[in-house]
Amino acid sequence: MDVRTQVIEIIAEQAMMEVGDVKPEMSLEDLGIDSLALVESIFAIEEAFDISVPFNANDPNASDFDISSVEAIVAAVQGLVDKK
Amino acid sequence: MNRVVITGQGSINALGRSVAETQEALREGRCGIGPLEFRDVERLAIRIGGQVRDYDPELHFNRQQIALYDRFTQFTLLSAREAIAQSGLSFAGDLAGRTGVVLGTSGGGLNTQDDNYRSVYEDGKNRVHPFVVPKLMNNAAASHVSMEYNIKGPGFTVATACASSNHAMGLAFQLIRGGAADVMVTGGSEAMLCFGGVKAWEGLRVMSKDACRPFSANRNGMVQGEGAAVYVFENYEHAKARGADIIAEVVGFAMSSDAADIVMPSKQGAARAISGALQDAGITPEQVGYVNAHGTGTAANDKTECAAVADVFGAHADKLMMSSTKSMHGHAIGATGAIELLACTMALRDGVIAPTIGYEEPDPECALDIVPNEAREAKVDVVISNAFAFGGFNAVLALRAV
Repeated sequence: MDVRTQVIEIIAEQAMMEVGDVKPEMSLEDLGIDSLALVESIFAIEEAFDISVPFNANDPNASDFDISSVEAIVAAVQGLVDKK
Repeated sequence: MNRVVITGQGSINALGRSVAETQEALREGRCGIGPLEFRDVERLAIRIGGQVRDYDPELHFNRQQIALYDRFTQFTLLSAREAIAQSGLSFAGDLAGRTGVVLGTSGGGLNTQDDNYRSVYEDGKNRVHPFVVPKLMNNAAASHVSMEYNIKGPGFTVATACASSNHAMGLAFQLIRGGAADVMVTGGSEAMLCFGGVKAWEGLRVMSKDACRPFSANRNGMVQGEGAAVYVFENYEHAKARGADIIAEVVGFAMSSDAADIVMPSKQGAARAISGALQDAGITPEQVGYVNAHGTGTAANDKTECAAVADVFGAHADKLMMSSTKSMHGHAIGATGAIELLACTMALRDGVIAPTIGYEEPDPECALDIVPNEAREAKVDVVISNAFAFGGFNAVLALRAV
């Protein structure tokens, strides 16, 4: 399974949505993912890809890990997987 | 209703091994946060904390006691020893039955759990020490205080996460005020700085890797601490009759529940606890000179707390001082309200307001006088101490100078 499919599956599960309803341009707010669900998503991503995501819930926008949209998250995870 | 006063206080925490040492550090704005030292620390992403360093239990307790006392119980007993000695009380005859103990903790004997889980899961051992259960239970510390000092009245432990010791002290206050006890030994203890204790917090992604900077725009999270503080609360008439030295009066207490989110704080919930404590004490917002903030150094807490204080105090919010001493001793979870009450008694008794250290950049959403970086001399008559817990349980105490 590629990174995109896996990330979208994780996001869909947290958002309690069908995988097909998660669109690349959607933001976390669009998806109804709150701060707790975001922390859980990041945990699931770290476990799935065996990577470490730089993320501090105090200031989610401070790190290089872009969470502005589904597409951005996929790209950021891909970047971390490539660096492994 | 009976008036309630404080006639003894004791503590051990990252800033000192006694109240005098702790308050000296608070006056000097000293930071007790540093590199953590314990087994497997290298497997943590977060490696700083407000640890009680170079602590040797054998200097204080014998081998049989150490077999029974988890670190959180040891901290409690050391603090209780100092507080009860200062009060000058001994609990014999009728007073034993009229004295109680109520303490707060969140994790209880977490070091004992951590050590023994490691032993059975990681080391594969099939036998644990016979005292694991009595050592790890949350009420162990309160029970040992009762046994050590012959305290035979109400005794129990309160666990409301970061508000545990404020809830405990509030209940102790109510028990004396309502006549169920004449003396209460109260406060809280926490010893969560072990591999499992810090690893669990890491998971929430709210911890700072470098410093606790409450209310500063560049804050990046909380830092855990550990320790205990214990007080002797006493019926005012009882204290006066025996000529006791009175440290401060406890005048009000209120609790509220957010009924909203398991981790995110609520401005309304916090504001209801603060205004409830003032109402309970019969004081007006304008009388309050100092607020000991919950001030965890997380974005969620600090903004919400400042907004709640601004709501309750209105224009007076710009005149009062508010500081978070967690910047110095770390967030001692279930003990934190008790340790922080030392900043309140220092303000009332010595006229010194403990600072919020690590303050580097103003945050427009926290635009109150947070006593940045240096302690300040000021005469205050009434103070409050905030605690807002995960789970949405809030507890605020109000104290007055005597």
